[in-house]
Amino acid sequence: MSEFTQLGVKAIRDGVAAGDFTAREVAEAFNAAVADAAALNAFIVTTPDHALASADAVDAKRAKGENLGIMGGVPIGMKDLFATKGVQTTAASHILEGFKPEYESTVSQNLWNAGAGMLGKLNLDQFAMGSSNETSYFGNVNSPWRKAGSNAAMSPGGSSGGSSSAVAARIAPAATGTDTGGSIRQPAAFAGITGIKPTYGRCSRWGVVAFASSLDQAGPMARSVEDCAIMLEAMAGFDPKDATSLKMDVPAWEKGLNADLKGEKIGIPREYRMDGTDAEILDCWERGKQWLRDAGAEIVDISLPHTKYALPAYYIIAPAEASSNLARYDGVRYGLRDLPEGAGLQDMYAATRAAGFGDEVKRRVLIGTYVLSAGFYDAYYTQAQKVRALVARDFEQAWTQCDAILAPTTPTASFPLGSLSDDPLTMYLNDVFAVPASLAGLPAMSVPAMLNSDGLPLGLQLIGKPFDEQGVLNAGLAIQQRAEFEAQPERWW
Amino acid sequence: MAKRALTPRPESELTMSNYRIQGATGEWEVVIGLEVHAQVTSNAKLFSGASTAFGAEPNSQVSLVDAAMPGMLPVPNRECIRQAVRTGMAIEAQINAWSRFDRKNYFYADLPQGYQISQLYHPLVGEGSLTIGADEKAGLPNDKVIGIERIHVEQDAGKLMHDQHPTMSYVDLNRCGVALMEIVSMPDMRSPAEAGAYVRKLRSILRYVGSCDGNMEEGSMRADVNVSVRKPGDEFGTRTETKNVNSVRFVMQVIEYEANRQVDLIESGGAVVQETRLFDPNTGTTRTMRSKEDAHDYRYFPDPDLLPLELDEAFLNECRASLPELPDAKRARYTGELGLSEYNARELTAEVETFARFETLLATTAKALGKPASDVATQVANWSLSVAPGVMNAVDDEGNPAHATAEAQAAILKMQAAGEISGGQAKEIYEIVLKTGRNPEEIAEAEGLKQVSDTGAIEAAIDQIIAANSDKVAEYRGGKDKLFGFFVGQTMKAMQGKANPAVVNQLLKNKLG
Repeated sequence: MSEFTQLGVKAIRDGVAAGDFTAREVAEAFNAAVADAAALNAFIVTTPDHALASADAVDAKRAKGENLGIMGGVPIGMKDLFATKGVQTTAASHILEGFKPEYESTVSQNLWNAGAGMLGKLNLDQFAMGSSNETSYFGNVNSPWRKAGSNAAMSPGGSSGGSSSAVAARIAPAATGTDTGGSIRQPAAFAGITGIKPTYGRCSRWGVVAFASSLDQAGPMARSVEDCAIMLEAMAGFDPKDATSLKMDVPAWEKGLNADLKGEKIGIPREYRMDGTDAEILDCWERGKQWLRDAGAEIVDISLPHTKYALPAYYIIAPAEASSNLARYDGVRYGLRDLPEGAGLQDMYAATRAAGFGDEVKRRVLIGTYVLSAGFYDAYYTQAQKVRALVARDFEQAWTQCDAILAPTTPTASFPLGSLSDDPLTMYLNDVFAVPASLAGLPAMSVPAMLNSDGLPLGLQLIGKPFDEQGVLNAGLAIQQRAEFEAQPERWW
Repeated sequence: MAKRALTPRPESELTMSNYRIQGATGEWEVVIGLEVHAQVTSNAKLFSGASTAFGAEPNSQVSLVDAAMPGMLPVPNRECIRQAVRTGMAIEAQINAWSRFDRKNYFYADLPQGYQISQLYHPLVGEGSLTIGADEKAGLPNDKVIGIERIHVEQDAGKLMHDQHPTMSYVDLNRCGVALMEIVSMPDMRSPAEAGAYVRKLRSILRYVGSCDGNMEEGSMRADVNVSVRKPGDEFGTRTETKNVNSVRFVMQVIEYEANRQVDLIESGGAVVQETRLFDPNTGTTRTMRSKEDAHDYRYFPDPDLLPLELDEAFLNECRASLPELPDAKRARYTGELGLSEYNARELTAEVETFARFETLLATTAKALGKPASDVATQVANWSLSVAPGVMNAVDDEGNPAHATAEAQAAILKMQAAGEISGGQAKEIYEIVLKTGRNPEEIAEAEGLKQVSDTGAIEAAIDQIIAANSDKVAEYRGGKDKLFGFFVGQTMKAMQGKANPAVVNQLLKNKLG
C-alpha cells in the first residue's frame, strides 16, 4: 500500500497545505486501501466519491490561496451512527436499512466545513449497543490484530469497532466514534489507537442516532494524541439545536499541547484495582505511572468509593433511555415496515420491531422497559440516578487532590470474536473502567501503551476534570512520547 | 393519571352548591375536577420551529423533530414557557423557577417519538386558584374559589384520518408537537353550573392573558372531566374520567349524565369502576374507553434530551410586568371607579373584544365631552351593551361593522349628552352611520334629527297650549298634578317630537307656576 496511508491527520493536513502532495492523491490512496480491505468488514457503505470531491475542493482552495481548514485534505471514516445527507445511515440495524437522511449531523457537517472528506460509513454494534462489534446487522467487524500464533478472528472492540479497525489497519487516518459507556475508549485500546471522549456536551448530538441521550458523546479516533486534538477541535462546538450542548468556545487544543507535566498531580484510583484484573493490565498501569512521573507529574493515590456501583447503574440508565429513544423505530414513517396480512397497528409494531432489531437491542429495550415500569421505577431507575450522582461526587472530591486520573482502559486485551457472545454479563464487564467517567460526563481518553504477551495492544485511560480536555490530551501526549507505541498489525486481509 | 396527594380545602368552603341528584336512597352530591388542555398561543411548536397555524394542508407543518427522524432533538421554545408562566401568574399560582420535562411513553401512530414530552414530577406552575362569580340565574348563589392544582406544559399529538382510504388510516402531524398547557383543577366543583362557570372563567383569563385563544371548536381548548358521586358528608367516591370534551355545554352534559349514571349504578347494587370514558355529543351519553386494568404504564422518566428548566428573576419579572388587568380586577374597577352596575361590569368584562371596544369608546367619548370617564361610563356602558348591539341587529346585512368606529359612536353620545338629540334620534343616526358611514353631526343636521332646545320656539308653543286649554290649567293649578304629563305631551306634539324634553319640562313648570 502506498506511503500515504501511513500518514496521520496532522501529516496529511500539513503536507497538503505545504504542497508536498495533493489532497486527491491522499484520497485516492485511502479509497484504494478501503476497497482492498473488505475482509475487515469495517465499512457498511463506502463513499469514495465524497472523499474525492472534498479532496478536489481542498486542492482548488489551495490553488486560490484560501484557508484549507484544520482538517483540510484529510479523508476520514464516519461511524454509521451519524446522519449523513443522502448517504445511507443505519446504526448497523436492519430497521434503518436503506434509510438516507435529508439532513447532515452537526458533527459531520463541522468536519466537512473543516476540510475533511468521507471514505465511507463505518460498521458498529447495532445502535451502538455492544463491546465487541458482534451485534451489527451487517456482520462482525474483524480486528486487524491477531494473537501471536493464532488465526482466530479478534474483536476490534465496540461499539466503535469499524472505526478502531479501520484506523488500526491504516485504511483511514482517523474516524469518528461515539462513546456512551466506553464505545470510543475500549475499541481504541483493543486496536492500539488513540481515542478521546470529550466532556458531555462538547460535541453536538444533533443528527447522531440516539442510544442513551444523557451519556452519548462523539469524539475522534486516530493514531496519535495530536491527531485527536486536531479532529476534536473540528468536531466540537456549541449547537443551538442540541439543548444539552455546552455554550462554551472550543479551546485551541492542538496549540495547547504540552507534555511537560511539572506541577501536575495524577490520581491513581485504588478501586480500579479489581479482583481478576489481568496481571499484564496491572503491569501496563505501573508503566503508565512511571511515564507520567518521568514527565514531571506527581502520582497520588485517590479513592473513588462508588466505582463498583457504576456499571450496574449504567446498565439501568442506558437501557432505560434506549428503550424510549428507540420507540420511534415503529415502521410508520421510515425504515423497515413489516405489515403481515390483515395486521393492525399493534401487529405492525410488533412484527417490524421483531424483524428490525437484533437480539442485543431487544435485550436492552426489555431491560429499559422493565426498570421504568410502575412498581420498579424507584427500585431501579431512581436508585441508579442516585448512584450516578454519587459517582460524580467521587470525582469532584478527587479533583481536590489531583488534576487528572490514570487507569487502565479495559480489564483485558481483545478477545476472539464469538468467545463472549453467550455471556452478556462478562461482555458488559469490558466497560467497567470506562463507565464511571461516562456517568460523570468527564473527558476521558485511551492511548496505546504496549503489546501484551499475545502481541495484542493494551491501552491506558486518562480521565480529566469537566471541560479539561487539554489536561487529558497533555497527559496522554506524555504517555505517547514515552510508550513509543509503533506496533502495527501484520496484514492478513 | 398519577398525581401527588391533594391538599383538600375544608368542605364548608366547597359545598355551597345545593345541586343534588335525587336517588331512590336519598340525595347524592356530585364531585367534579377538570383537566383543561389549552393550546398555547405561539407561532412555533413547543420543541421545534414548525408553524402552529390551524387548518393548513396535512403534514405541511412538520419539522424533522416533529416527525421524530433519527438523531433529532427537542429544543424548548421560550415563548411557550413564557405564556404558561404568565397564565400561572394570572391565577396567582406558585411559579416553579426549577421544573423539568418528563417522557410519557406509549406507542401510537399519531405519536412519532413513541413518547409525549410532558411534565409529571416537576410542573412549571404549582397551586393557584380562580373565582367563579355569583350568578343566581345560573344556579350560583355565591362567589366560589376553585383550587387549581398545577399547570404543566406538554406536546400535543398528531391526528389520524380514517376516512381517506378503504383499508388504511392516514396520519397528519401538523398538530404534533404543538404546545399545550394542562390546567388541573382540584376536585372543588359540586354542580354542572360550577364546572361550566369554571371553564368560562378559565377561558376568559386565558384570553385576557393572550396565552390561548380559547377556541373550543378548533380544539384549542378541551377538557377531561372527572366525576364522582357520594352521599353528602361521605368520603369521595370512585371517579370516572371523560376525555376530550370540547364545549362548555358538553362539559355540563357529561357531568349530568355521569352523575346520574353513577347514582343509578350504585343504587342498583353495582359499583363505579375507575375508568376512562368517551362522550358522544349526538346522544349526550358517555361510554367506556378503557378500564383501569387496561391502563397504559407510561413509564414516565425525566427527558434526557432536555436540561431542567431554570427561570431567572429577570424572566419572571418580565412575565409579571406583561400581564394585563385581569377579569376580577377589571370588574372591581368598573363597579368602583366607573360606578357601573354589577350586571354591566360582568357583561363588559366577560370577553376581551367586549371590554376592548368599551374602553376605547369610553376614552373617546370622555375626551369628546371633556369630562372624566366616570361621568360618562354608565351612558357608554348602556350604549355598548344594549343600544349599539340592538341597532346593529336591526340593520343586519345592510350595516357595515367597519363604520362602527369609536369616533362616530362618541359623536352620537356627545350630541345626546348635550341634549341635542334624543335617545330615539341617537338610534336613528347610528343606523344611518352603519349603513353609509356618514358623519353623525352631518346626519343630524341634514336629516333633521335634532331636538329643539330654542326656548323661544318652545315658549311660543306652550303659550298657545295654555291659551287653548285654560280649563286644564285651572285644574292643574288647583292641585291635579297628573295633568303635567298632558301638557308635556301637547308641547312635544306641537314641536313634532323634536323638543328637548328637559327644556320643555323646565319651561312648563315656570309657566304653569
